[in-house]
Amino acid sequence: MVASLFGRPIYIAETMEQMYLIGIGSLFLVVLTGLFSGQGFAIAFANELADFGAKDYLGRIMSLAIVRELGPTLTGLMMAARVASGITAEIGSMKVSNQLDAMRSFGIDPIRKIAVPRLITLIIMVPTMTIVCDAVAIFGAWLIALFHAHISSTLYWAAIRERLIFGNIFVGLVKPVIFSFVIAFISCYKGFTSEGGTKGVGQATTDSVVMSSITILIANFIFTKFFFPILKGYL
Amino acid sequence: MIELRNVDFGYEDKLVLKNISFRIDQTESVVIMGPSGSGKSTILRLVLGLECPQRGEVLIDSQNISVMSEKEKRELRKSIGMVFQDGALFDSRTVGENVGYYLIEHTKMSWKEIEKKVVEMLGFVGLDADEIIDKLPELLSGGMQRRVAIGRALLSTNPRIMLYDEPTTGLDPQSTENVLALINKLTRERSISTIVVTHQIADALSIADRFIVIHEGEIAYDGDFVGLRECRDERVRAFLGPFRASMDLVAEKRFMNGV
Repeated sequence: MVASLFGRPIYIAETMEQMYLIGIGSLFLVVLTGLFSGQGFAIAFANELADFGAKDYLGRIMSLAIVRELGPTLTGLMMAARVASGITAEIGSMKVSNQLDAMRSFGIDPIRKIAVPRLITLIIMVPTMTIVCDAVAIFGAWLIALFHAHISSTLYWAAIRERLIFGNIFVGLVKPVIFSFVIAFISCYKGFTSEGGTKGVGQATTDSVVMSSITILIANFIFTKFFFPILKGYL
Repeated sequence: MIELRNVDFGYEDKLVLKNISFRIDQTESVVIMGPSGSGKSTILRLVLGLECPQRGEVLIDSQNISVMSEKEKRELRKSIGMVFQDGALFDSRTVGENVGYYLIEHTKMSWKEIEKKVVEMLGFVGLDADEIIDKLPELLSGGMQRRVAIGRALLSTNPRIMLYDEPTTGLDPQSTENVLALINKLTRERSISTIVVTHQIADALSIADRFIVIHEGEIAYDGDFVGLRECRDERVRAFLGPFRASMDLVAEKRFMNGV
């Protein structure tokens, strides 16, 4: 699939269609996830920090937590739930109804025609949606800071800006790219290898979401634990 | 020309086809018959290069498709039309987009030009283009879907080989008759090799002059109608048993027509 990324033909129309379906289609879900997660975490942190008289640090903690961890992981999980299931179900249905074979019989490579546009879309859209999720979560946390923790806006935004350094933003955008590969590979693989009729497609779809979600969580941990310290020296 | 030489094929531990050999010349029309699960459809998949034999060769115009790269196979497939079981139409595309699929994917023709050819093709397969061209395949009857699938296969690069996998299964008698008439029309009007896979004997008899009967992955009979009718092989007799009456009817018709 990766080799096909650099081959021809490039299916631009399919890629644009997927951009709309995967990107715009996931926007509402990502916004809701970011908003309520940001607010929930902000309440929890604000209450804890208040006990130590350190609630002014809420902005710093939220900025770090959202940009480096929460935003990428939550967006990855939401995209895995929504997109991986859709991709596997669509490809699986095409497989069991012989549509993939029909495509091959017309001289079309299904990997290039179906999988590559989805991979390209995910590489672009998961980081984009992560930025949206980060922004909405920080906004949601600001509402909590303002109305629940009674922290001044100036202080909150100053703290946010202080931690929005290149290193944190870079890490927060590398992770979604890794997650996009995870979602694309697992969902396409499960779709192309599904068999056993509609029941088989259903099972493949469930497996796809479960495997994508678990792999995202594991990949996030590995990246944070092992790669971030290495990168930190260069950032 | 299609030729299978000593082909063995199986899935995991089960051998589906055993030592299959036959040759189909250009313009020849052949029906492959046999009970469900006997390996008939697998032969079509081998001819199309969708599967590779474990032993033997599959030759299309003297080229061994089973050793070709995927890219070479894709090129070769452009001259082979395949009508899959149940049509295998792209369900998220309209009838027009399905029929014009090959032209959309492989040419730089505008939609206007493609649409013109699609309308002609739908007319050729006996469908009213104005009524169905913008519909999704799921809104058509089984017989109409099958004819759209035939039209889609034909609108590729004028196929030299047509493969039909159970083209009439699940259709009502009227639709069956329409599809069979269309297959016969194609065989008559275009110089193409045709393989029809079916387990419906009555249909088979009205399509071809040569019959191959597959039984548990082996060729039990390969020959003409007269030979088939008089075949003493127990496997063939068991398979044809319930259809003796229709065979007699066909024999009578053929006699009347001087075939």
